[in-house]
Amino acid sequence: MRSFSYQKATDPGAALRALNAAATDSRPLTEAAAQPLAGGTTLLDLMKLDVMRPASIVNITPLARTWSAVDAGVDGLRLGALAKMSDVAAHPEVQRSYPVVADSLKLAASPQLRNMATLGGNVLQRTRCSYFRDVSYANCNKRNPGSGCAAMDGVNRMHAVLGTSNQCIATYPGDFAQALIALDAMVEITGASGTRSMPFAQLHKAPGNSPQIETSLQPGELISAFTVSGRWPRSLYLKVRDRQSYEFALSSAAVALDVQDGVISDARVALGGVATVPWRAREAEALLKGRRFDDGLAQRVAEAAFADATGRRHNGFKIALGRRVVARALQQAVTMEI
Amino acid sequence: MTTAAPEPKGNMGQPVPRYDAVAKVTGRATYASDTPLANPAYAFLVTSAIAKGRIDGFDLADARRVRGVIEIFTHENAPKLKESKLFSNGGYASTTIQPLKSADIAHDGQIIAVVVADSYEAAREAAYRVKVNYAAAMPAATFDSPGATAAAAKGQNGQFKEDPRVGDFARAFDEAEVKLTAAYETPTQHHNPMELFATSCAWTGDDLVIYEPSQYVHGLKNGVAGQLGIDADKVRVVNPYVGGAFGSKGSMTPRTAIIAGIARRLNRPVKLVPTRDQGFTIATYRAETRHEIQLGASRDGRLLALRHEGMEVSSRPDPYCVGGTKTTTRLYACANVDSLVSIVRADRNTPGFMRSPPEVPYLFALESAMDELAVKLAMDPIELRRINDTANEPIDGKPYTSRSLMACFDAGARAFGWSQRSPAPGSMSDGDWLVGYGCAATCYPTQMAPAAARVRLQRDGRTRVEIAGHEIGNGAYTVIAQAAAERLGVPLEKVTVHIGDSDLPPAPVAGGSNSTASTCSAVMMVCDKVRQRLFRALLPNEGLADRAKETVGIGQTPATQAARSGQPLDRDKAFEALGADVVEDYGEWKPDGAPLDSFHAMHQGQMRMVGGDKMKGAIAYAFGAEFVEVRVNRFTHEIRAPRLVGAFAAGRIMNPRTARSQLMGGLIWGMSSALLESTEIDARTARYVNDNFADYLVPVNADVTDVKVIMLPEQDHRINPAGVKGLGELANVGTNAAVCNALYHATGQRIRKLPARLENIEI
Repeated sequence: MRSFSYQKATDPGAALRALNAAATDSRPLTEAAAQPLAGGTTLLDLMKLDVMRPASIVNITPLARTWSAVDAGVDGLRLGALAKMSDVAAHPEVQRSYPVVADSLKLAASPQLRNMATLGGNVLQRTRCSYFRDVSYANCNKRNPGSGCAAMDGVNRMHAVLGTSNQCIATYPGDFAQALIALDAMVEITGASGTRSMPFAQLHKAPGNSPQIETSLQPGELISAFTVSGRWPRSLYLKVRDRQSYEFALSSAAVALDVQDGVISDARVALGGVATVPWRAREAEALLKGRRFDDGLAQRVAEAAFADATGRRHNGFKIALGRRVVARALQQAVTMEI
Repeated sequence: MTTAAPEPKGNMGQPVPRYDAVAKVTGRATYASDTPLANPAYAFLVTSAIAKGRIDGFDLADARRVRGVIEIFTHENAPKLKESKLFSNGGYASTTIQPLKSADIAHDGQIIAVVVADSYEAAREAAYRVKVNYAAAMPAATFDSPGATAAAAKGQNGQFKEDPRVGDFARAFDEAEVKLTAAYETPTQHHNPMELFATSCAWTGDDLVIYEPSQYVHGLKNGVAGQLGIDADKVRVVNPYVGGAFGSKGSMTPRTAIIAGIARRLNRPVKLVPTRDQGFTIATYRAETRHEIQLGASRDGRLLALRHEGMEVSSRPDPYCVGGTKTTTRLYACANVDSLVSIVRADRNTPGFMRSPPEVPYLFALESAMDELAVKLAMDPIELRRINDTANEPIDGKPYTSRSLMACFDAGARAFGWSQRSPAPGSMSDGDWLVGYGCAATCYPTQMAPAAARVRLQRDGRTRVEIAGHEIGNGAYTVIAQAAAERLGVPLEKVTVHIGDSDLPPAPVAGGSNSTASTCSAVMMVCDKVRQRLFRALLPNEGLADRAKETVGIGQTPATQAARSGQPLDRDKAFEALGADVVEDYGEWKPDGAPLDSFHAMHQGQMRMVGGDKMKGAIAYAFGAEFVEVRVNRFTHEIRAPRLVGAFAAGRIMNPRTARSQLMGGLIWGMSSALLESTEIDARTARYVNDNFADYLVPVNADVTDVKVIMLPEQDHRINPAGVKGLGELANVGTNAAVCNALYHATGQRIRKLPARLENIEI
């Protein structure tokens, strides 16, 4: 860890001013001189690893007074960005009407981390790619654009099979984001010029030719809330991993269905552990809509979800695994008692 | 009695709580880096980013600008140290690769610079700002890497003297009715003890004190003295508690003498706490292994031919190997046995002891193969082991001093519900989960080494025991206190135990599961000397002739007989007769068969460990049987092992509570070694990739739902005065095979390469 200056922002205005003051150049957001600190469960790790080297830290936890509310009403859900993962996972109305949200939070990390980590920080957590997180590897296009990718032909069992580019195959590690993208959530972003709202699906950027740019957030902007419209009681998050708890997904699926008289009227399928960004499997969803569910359909949907997947040496298994996870998640969602 | 404190059966001590339990759970136990130092400087290591090549130069300007930096030591200005030989070749060192000696780099993560500063934070920041220019060469990472070289272990490793063989394997295998040939592989694994590889070095004049987690304070003391070129009497190693070791803190690693040398140069105490990832390369690990097993049997299940070939990876300069064929060739009755162990040299740090070093990889191969053979014979795998059970090991025909293997299988099978197993693979399930039952044998050699102790008994019963043993989580304080309390007939709470300090009488390494047997035997012997003096005072009429006999060793005086029997001592009367308030004695104990130079070596921090297959006229092992239930999700292929049962017999159990804890931990680790643990190596760069606790997986609580430990009563008078076989390393052996045997039963699929992961399941 390198020395840095520290300040605590007592209100959004102060936080934005502090972040903006340092946002003077064109570096990617993750390289900006000033970084906001909330739960600190990602940022402090990356600073200790010397991957992130901010010159100043702006502690935004006091903003929780206004940015941590959980409102679940008849027409939708609003989650403050500074709400703790554990609080949202335990919220009775979230559990009842948005089980995919509650599950995705509950199955992530450990109780200690969920008690610290905030929703906004959670969706912005950075990849667990071992080569990205170890600065002694020179080749990382995310850390050093143009330096190459050590993971491409290295140890890549945990890496992505969807949304990859020839620059980067690092997996987006989170769980909650899959729930948000499946439910067509909106993300509310507050900056110096006010608050804007955009589809959550537009927040993360696939690596393409610039894997160092991970989101569409601009320097000096903060996520202030997430919103979901409607209710999704028939939804779940299935997470498959090497051990029972406290581990990132090898493959996961966030599934939400609306079934009327045995016919699927709406379907959402998002994938985790297998893609470079929170991944919505829209082709798969299209196969479901208007159909009656059976195992054959589940197989076709699973095939469609991974039609464009590309495996490398150690992660090719994720394609077959991902298909099984999608099919199983759909089977479970269809038979959910709601 | 609670589950954690099982009721003692025959030949077991009381399940008293840990002597150090309260200190540990309240944070009062002082670990090495907790020890306060006067005005310390803080060291932070810089380690190499390449596995092979040279350092062309450093750019230290940026690092030196960090406020608080005192000095940056590289090969150009580091204190010069003398070489140390490998522990297995008469030295003390875990590796002969000496960092900071030259510009050469021999492995990934080699120490190449030490930044010393007034604070940990400054040292770390400066270390991050050190720039290194490398001239990298192409390294060989592991088996099959271009440039890796293989040769037989025999003739290069001083501790691997023979490839066991007997009879005519080739002919017997050729003629056998049922044959099996199978290859197995185990991965690189790292110990990852919770306590990092810290060291603090403080000089007072010419005297050095080292605070470091060590499993062998006398070895470290002598080793560091040798490297610094000073008298060993000038060095003291202190570590009352070790936060986990598992072999990784058994021999001297290069960091200690480097830090001691820097502290001497700076004339200031220096404290080093390396990072978790540095621990992967500045200490040792369990190297990856490959095996080929050939078994030939008669239709009725008798083993006629057994061959075990093992290959192990080591570093370029050091011929480390575990050579587990000494165990696998002797476990079952078989008239025709052959074996070969080879070492493959690659550009890696030198591997070293890791809990049950030979048995974990080698029994994975043998116990998997036995299960495969049972399938070929359509025989219950326990019955196959019963048919081949033996009272004598087959290589030299020596009898086992005691062997309760089948009793363990029977007790374990009952507790596990083995009879509920339907033998056909894939025939058992529970909802989404395929269920498999598997079992395997475990065994571990009974080992002992010379040890010394000092015991001081006061008239009021207060007792002080001094022995440089080691509390590595094994319960050393507790069982040593129990041994002394029992022999002296004083209440346990009156006994204080002093260990973990090289100023105390020497004890061997807390490794090879010899600790309890050796330290308790020494302590009991000295307690008997104390009792003898008191009985002498009580028996003043003892004849001079008897005394004369005793001095020439042909008889025993009544006092000696009383001291060595369980006869209670009337302490008050004895002290009254003695006319003193305190009796203190010192003694040195060595096991039968220890070489003549044992005591001399002991004082030099050199062990003369005996036992196991190296006993004269006998062979001594502890045994056990392990049972695992695995579940494989038929949809996602996730693998879980919700139920583990182990039944063990290991001679006298000093304390069923601490023993259970050891055995339970072993079972969990064994399961972990089968399903989770693997250090991933980047084949191109010969570097460890998942060198942290997030990516190097070990089980979490949710993975361990039901563990049952059964301890069978067993008496063995031949092994040592304490009657203890040692069980620290007994329970994590064979578990890996039991897991894979259960996976076969669940799925019909044989996993021969660890770890077994969901992508290996094809159903």
